[in-house]
Amino acid sequence: MSRRRPFPAHILVFLAPAVLIYTLFMIYPLFDSLWLSLNNKTAGGGSVFVGVQNYQTMFGQDLWAKPFWNALRNNALFFAIHMFVQNPIGLLFAALLGTRIRGTRIYRTIIFTPTILSVVIIGFVWKLILNPAWGISRGVLMTFGLGSLDTPWLGLESTALVTLSLISVWQNIGIPMMLFLAALIRIPEELLEAARVDGAGAWKIFWRVQFPLILPTVGIVSVLTFVGNFNAFELIYATQGALAGPNFASDILGTLFFRTFFGYQLQPADPYMGSAIAGIMLLIILTGVLIYLFGWQRRLQEIRY
Amino acid sequence: MKSNSRFFQTCATHAALSAYSVLALFPVLLIILNSFKDRLTIFSAPYALPNASTFTLDGYKNLAATARFDLFFLNSFLVTAGSLALILLVSSMAAFALAEYKFRFNSLTGLYLAIGIMVPIRLGTVGILRLMVDLHLVNTLWCLILVYTAQGIPLAVFVLTAFMRQLPRDLTDAARIDGASEYHIYWLILPLVRPALGSVLAISMIPIWNDFWFPLILAPGESTKTLVLGAQAFLGEFVNDYNAVLAALTLAIIPPVFLYLIFSRQLIRGITAGAVK
Repeated sequence: MSRRRPFPAHILVFLAPAVLIYTLFMIYPLFDSLWLSLNNKTAGGGSVFVGVQNYQTMFGQDLWAKPFWNALRNNALFFAIHMFVQNPIGLLFAALLGTRIRGTRIYRTIIFTPTILSVVIIGFVWKLILNPAWGISRGVLMTFGLGSLDTPWLGLESTALVTLSLISVWQNIGIPMMLFLAALIRIPEELLEAARVDGAGAWKIFWRVQFPLILPTVGIVSVLTFVGNFNAFELIYATQGALAGPNFASDILGTLFFRTFFGYQLQPADPYMGSAIAGIMLLIILTGVLIYLFGWQRRLQEIRY
Repeated sequence: MKSNSRFFQTCATHAALSAYSVLALFPVLLIILNSFKDRLTIFSAPYALPNASTFTLDGYKNLAATARFDLFFLNSFLVTAGSLALILLVSSMAAFALAEYKFRFNSLTGLYLAIGIMVPIRLGTVGILRLMVDLHLVNTLWCLILVYTAQGIPLAVFVLTAFMRQLPRDLTDAARIDGASEYHIYWLILPLVRPALGSVLAISMIPIWNDFWFPLILAPGESTKTLVLGAQAFLGEFVNDYNAVLAALTLAIIPPVFLYLIFSRQLIRGITAGAVK
């Protein structure tokens, strides 16, 4: 082993398949896509390097900038609803399950069930339930005396995006719940017992002892939510179609990218501008991940030592 | 006094969790339940259980007559099983190299493979499609298998490397003294990391089975449709045939629920193991 050799062959053999598949089908396409976003088509059908011109078009021409900012704004709201509705409720459920009441396992399994189903299927399920033709949502709301709230939630510009966000929250709440629960269970029982002996109530123990100790998980959940949401597509596509209606009210970056890349109705497919949108999505996601790695994680380490 | 308030707290906790559990299951159960009822009853009594006079399999018959769900199911199965086998094989090999040997670029390779944990593979879709066109793999199951393998490798290598590093070094040293080759040692190590392999299997499985994006873009042909894509296409076409729509949804719901019930322990372990760092 210690003899100087060029590079041990067996290590190469072990690493090669994973590194090759990963490089060829993930890293190379990412760079190819970025490269394509710096090109544009020529009159003759070939492609030519144009620098950041596609990005300038994206931000400079109303035809592109308007849908882009609309999608980005919608995507930001989509993320905010997950961040401030899904994650706190997930944390609440985790805290409740963490008290080790009876049936923890059953509750956990049931609440996680929607998460394992395909987003497309979930989209259709809710589309049916909210469809006035079937009348399930009306019936349920009437039962609780909330009949006045009944509207075609997915069909109105003012409510479509929030409704879709809440459907997604409903589906994905199991993930933060599981992660928070795992973190809470890892806290040594002695710490909690010590706080109890000092006379602290459950509320105080949670905020003063448990929450500070699960801050690393809060960071992970936040960054996972961020990446997942700025990369979302299926739910909107399944329920509202590629046009993300009504009148683009539920358009997010994923659906905008899909329409640009593949074209729709009168707009021809444009792989170059599509790549530019993917490039911007990559930039947004990388920014979020880097803020997490260097802002959040590093600061936590400083606190610890 | 004290135990009284504890009792109250427990009751409130159960109430909150049960209420949400109902909300979590209600839509899914409603779909499954109604898929076995005749059209009239679906609308007039959506919450009623099917009984002898309202029970029907019309939706499923309609489905069988118009869409190849058996083929879609087979496609999903082949893609998922093929991807998982490849992920487990190549990731365990790479993880073994990273955990077992000191060599230049060890941590760099680990870092390089870890990029894919956070950067979604979807952002390279344009490049993937171009590549698959060049390789003549569009509308084959292979293109999906390769993409899902690339997608699954980062987290799998990460989890497996962490697990393999915890194994006592004496084990591999002893095997080496006995004259085992490095490949043989890898083979001896594999059974020892079975729990980690199980976790990787469970966390990789459901996203692959459920994926809609890549089948839609890379393999939308009738003969390569996966179950989710097939169901989506069917649902779009038969929007107003409630029996058929509910039957299609039920068929799409059952496999992941089935997998979940089998692998839930590994899945939960995997979710937490993948996110520890």
